Amino acid sequence: MSHLSLARVDKFYGRVDHGVHAVQNVSMDIEKGEIVALLGSSGCGKTSTLRMIAGFEEASRGTIALAGREVHTLPPVRRNVAMAFEGYSLYPPLTVRQNIAFALKSAKLGKTEVDARVAEVAQLLEIEDILDRYPSSISGGQQQRASLGRALIREADLHLLDEPMGQLEPQLRAVLRGRIKHFVKERGYTAILVTHDQTEANALADRIAVMEGGVLQQFGTPSMIKERPANLFTGTFVGEPPMNVFTARVAGDDGRIVLELPEGVTLAYPAGAFTDDVRRTIRAKGDIVIGIRPYSVRRAESGVEATVAVNQWLGDQTHIAADFAGGIIVLVEHDRTVLEPGRTIAVEIDPAALHIFDAATGIALAHGMELA
Amino acid sequence: MEHTSTLERVLRGIALSLIVLFFMFPLFWIFLMSFQTNETILRIPPSLFFEPTLGNYKALITGKLDTAAGSLDIAFMKNLWNSVLLSTSAVVLSLILGVPAAYAFARHKFRGSEDIAFTLLSFRFAPPLLVLLPLTIYFQQLGLADTYVGLIWVYQLICLPLILWIVRGYFEDISADVEYAYRIAGHGWFATFRKIALPLAGPGIAAAGLLAFIFAWNNFVFALVLASADKQPVTVAALAFVTASGIQYGQIAAGIVLSITPTLAIALYAQRYLVEGLSLGAVKG
Repeated sequence: MSHLSLARVDKFYGRVDHGVHAVQNVSMDIEKGEIVALLGSSGCGKTSTLRMIAGFEEASRGTIALAGREVHTLPPVRRNVAMAFEGYSLYPPLTVRQNIAFALKSAKLGKTEVDARVAEVAQLLEIEDILDRYPSSISGGQQQRASLGRALIREADLHLLDEPMGQLEPQLRAVLRGRIKHFVKERGYTAILVTHDQTEANALADRIAVMEGGVLQQFGTPSMIKERPANLFTGTFVGEPPMNVFTARVAGDDGRIVLELPEGVTLAYPAGAFTDDVRRTIRAKGDIVIGIRPYSVRRAESGVEATVAVNQWLGDQTHIAADFAGGIIVLVEHDRTVLEPGRTIAVEIDPAALHIFDAATGIALAHGMELA
Repeated sequence: MEHTSTLERVLRGIALSLIVLFFMFPLFWIFLMSFQTNETILRIPPSLFFEPTLGNYKALITGKLDTAAGSLDIAFMKNLWNSVLLSTSAVVLSLILGVPAAYAFARHKFRGSEDIAFTLLSFRFAPPLLVLLPLTIYFQQLGLADTYVGLIWVYQLICLPLILWIVRGYFEDISADVEYAYRIAGHGWFATFRKIALPLAGPGIAAAGLLAFIFAWNNFVFALVLASADKQPVTVAALAFVTASGIQYGQIAAGIVLSITPTLAIALYAQRYLVEGLSLGAVKG
């Protein structure tokens, strides 16, 4: 049995089946020692899910089991989880040191042991110099690290981190990500991280759970999420800049597959570019949505025409946005490309880089040559 | 940085002096009256110069009131004690009942919670006289008329809504996550209430308690109707100075001075909490 197991969990705010359905039928199994990121935009249900695991919100339906015990009916105090809160939630009358040490109170350790552990966590989070200050006299970023320290210092069955690094400066965030991951892995802790920052999710997590509208969209490794998005939402949500998306009608004969995009733009491929299964599936559908990552779009001598709309040099790469098939296609080049707006370019789309989705449901049909 | 001009400061000083004069003059005048006899108080034109006398205070403290029509027994000190007893007990009871209730209303949104809270608040809308007649009948049937318990109970109409609504606001200001953090670290909800919520809402609870005390102390009509002379507080007792031989202004003034002293003392002592409690949120970022 998994270390943490959510089975068909629902959360309604208000009456069951009538109120706001914040989390819908979420099932998830997390192994011991794993770091999992709940990734999604605001209001997608990720924090509600976390709070149900912690016990601050009641699961309206479904079961939650942790370390072999069913915990969804237990009060938070008996679940043995540690949590870092998005709003820090430090105890105002205590110093940072007391706040962090406080989490160890129920563990009943000796003073030297507590001091050693606080020192270790403080060093990890670079807050040694503010240990004797009060929460009201330190910055938001420092409070956030103190709150993170209070969670990490505990030896709990599960560590829940709600947006743990949102207030930190980029450099520090990058350093701490590595250290925290090492700290958690070294001790064999299991952690769930809530974030809307995909870089953070990719850097820290072994697996990412993408949520939207209360529904778990996809749960998999970062590379799986990136390369084989389960649906249109995951495809467009993960990846920066976002995936280019166009509606298409499948046409052509035995020898060729022709994708008819809006405004008379067509993409023609030899039938051999796709496997038989993929060909059969998309032909049967007729109406599809195609997605192409900006990194996979290439300029070519001959290809489909597009008109440059915006050209941005970001210091290490060029983002070119061009009018294409009634929409915008974005491509990324690693050199500084000089292309003034209004110029016509030819773009080439590798069939192996195509993500094909069902136009009606958004569910992925194929990634490149293979069926989803 | 000081941007105010001299003129502005002078005008502000004058305005503040006028306000202080407006509010303090009656108190000051009553303080002077309390050291005068009826004759010097009632002379025309009034004068700031007189021969001070402690006769008014003496009459109140000894309980012997000498008037032109003869000697009269009054129990002013007993009434003062009644005020202390009634107001303190009423506020203590209100805090015991009201603070946990306020916490429940702030933290747990249950079915009908808003309605119950509003109903409690609505006790403050109704004119007391409206409920007094039925209340008198009930109290007589229950044997609660003219008892301290009965009065303290009725005083809950004054204190409880006040404490409930003020303290509730304080609990709502405390981030629930602070409490969650405490609970997840291995403490039950009652420990959380005692160790986190109560101390953080402390200034608010003190302010609400003080306000409730002042309201209870100043109450007149409940005790007038529901209690007899030996259970009545000072507010009602002051009526005794309207005697057959005229109104004893000197004693009334002395009675007022004595009766505002306790509330004034508490207010001065708790000023810091009161300002903090009524103006700032309980928890800052």
